[in-house]
Amino acid sequence: MKIQDLKKVSDYQWEVPRTGDMTVPGEIFSSAQLVQEMDEKVKEQVSNVACLPGIIKASLAMPDAHWGYGFPIGGVGAFDSEKGVVCMGGVGFDISCGVRTLRTTLMKDDLRGNKLEQLADALFRDIPAGLGSTGEIRLNLEQIDEVLLGGAIWAVEKGYGTKEDLKFVEEEGRIDGADPSKVSMDAKKRQYQQVGTLGSGNHYLEVQYVDEILDEQGANVYCLKKDQVVISLHCGSRALGHQIGTDYLKGLGQAVKKYNINIRDRELACAPVTSEEGISYFAAMNAGVNCALANRQVLTHLVRGAVESVFKDAKVETLYDISHNTCKLEEHDVDGKRTKLYVHRKGATRALGPGRAEVPERYKDIGQPVLIGGTMGTCSYILCGTEFGTKVAWGSACHGAGRNMSRTEATKKFWGEDVVKRLAQRHILIRAHSKKGIAEEAPDAYKDVTQVVDAVDKAGLAKKIALVRPMACVKG
Amino acid sequence: MKGPISENFEHKADIGVRGKGKTIEDAFVGGALSMMGVMFELKGVKAQRSVDIECTADDLAALFVEWLNRILCQRDLETMVFSKFEAEISGKDGNFILKGKAWGEGYDPSRHVPKIEVKAATYSQLKFFKEEGTGLYVVQCIVDV
Repeated sequence: MKIQDLKKVSDYQWEVPRTGDMTVPGEIFSSAQLVQEMDEKVKEQVSNVACLPGIIKASLAMPDAHWGYGFPIGGVGAFDSEKGVVCMGGVGFDISCGVRTLRTTLMKDDLRGNKLEQLADALFRDIPAGLGSTGEIRLNLEQIDEVLLGGAIWAVEKGYGTKEDLKFVEEEGRIDGADPSKVSMDAKKRQYQQVGTLGSGNHYLEVQYVDEILDEQGANVYCLKKDQVVISLHCGSRALGHQIGTDYLKGLGQAVKKYNINIRDRELACAPVTSEEGISYFAAMNAGVNCALANRQVLTHLVRGAVESVFKDAKVETLYDISHNTCKLEEHDVDGKRTKLYVHRKGATRALGPGRAEVPERYKDIGQPVLIGGTMGTCSYILCGTEFGTKVAWGSACHGAGRNMSRTEATKKFWGEDVVKRLAQRHILIRAHSKKGIAEEAPDAYKDVTQVVDAVDKAGLAKKIALVRPMACVKG
Repeated sequence: MKGPISENFEHKADIGVRGKGKTIEDAFVGGALSMMGVMFELKGVKAQRSVDIECTADDLAALFVEWLNRILCQRDLETMVFSKFEAEISGKDGNFILKGKAWGEGYDPSRHVPKIEVKAATYSQLKFFKEEGTGLYVVQCIVDV
């Protein structure tokens, strides 16, 4: 992206000036270098979002922003709760895809010898992953509706996990406003066997250890210490979410015509928040959020079982569970007034600061944990939300590093087997169902997560707490 | 040239699928094969049984996205791998109808090689046109993986 076309607000904030139909400017939170490496399409997509009805203050892009569908990946937009729209392109096809990080009582040294291998094998055995994989849970229509209404609470009630887990899941495990009647039969049927499955692509389960504590106070609050083993899983609402996205991309496309909304990109299909179509999409999308929360809760239970099969006395607790692709009704300050807004975060995560009602009691003094995943060969970060980020970016941060190489290019450049071997030399074990998938997800196919997280930290969107490194990774 | 041609094209985060053919239907079939090829190794997958695929859209480009998304849905519901497609398109601008079939066999992890899951076909880089020179119909879009 040509940086000279942007107005510098600070070293880590760049304004896309208003042009044409834009009702607000764009704001890109990133370093000069990362901005220059961004595709011009990001600017175009940020500008397109700035034209949508009822957008408040600015159309935002996070430090890793890249070319997406409708919104850029790493795009955030808040809309007026009366005059605004809900936009499918601001959520995407993988509704509530997110990360859950689990703290364990294990230390890095406990995984010496063949223990890490045993743990990786147990996780690979117990976590259904990959294209076409099905879980042990078989549901019927009535039971699927219970999942869509109950989220992670449903899972805990069915014996998957503990009530303590729920305290550290966004929305305490269940979002209000889900209506299963707004979800198609196709979407529900596709999910009958997919609750408790990881998926494929960039979804993963990773055994990690805390390599660096970057903020002692924050690490104490999050109960993290050096060399502690944590486990992170990245997945979403599976086929149900994909089908809701597909169904409503078409439905909201018709609403755009009905309400005469001028959109620059078909992927920005949307409807007024108060319209029948907007209300339906929001209710279906919330059902998708609950499905994702239930999915990660069941996976947590499976991870626990796998860990206990190797380490009988180990304890596994939920540190936090965050969602990436969502539209949530939240309260924020707009011109000094507390205002309800529909906040879309596409490939971006919530990063609410200290004191916010949504943040669990234990974390309230420092803000919510912000989990930013790297690659299976580099590292990931645990950060905390900030007051500044809550003010300037509706409490949002980026969700990962973003690709710097296409999948085709990656498969031409890397062999799955070589990637596995090279990582093994660095004592990182890979267990995967698809060799091609490994090549596509090779660490070098992604941007440098440290550079991205530094930009998040310096922009003030979230503050670094700990750096974790991979020890074993399960992929679809 | 015989029958449909299927191609993939570059995208930073996801994958482009493209179909070409002497007829619009062949282009649609080529696009469907391209998408299935992203998901599975198709060599050796037999056309043992079929499922009906039907969809409608206002324009041919949108019809292509609908076609791919219906295929994804049926693949999941029937737990199949598809290796052959048939399509018949009727109608005009404002109301196109596609009636088709997807042929394949039940997914068997011991025999089939999965690659990557496609979440959905999107409107991104969606194009339908007649190629200059070759006169072939071309249809393409990005699929979200």
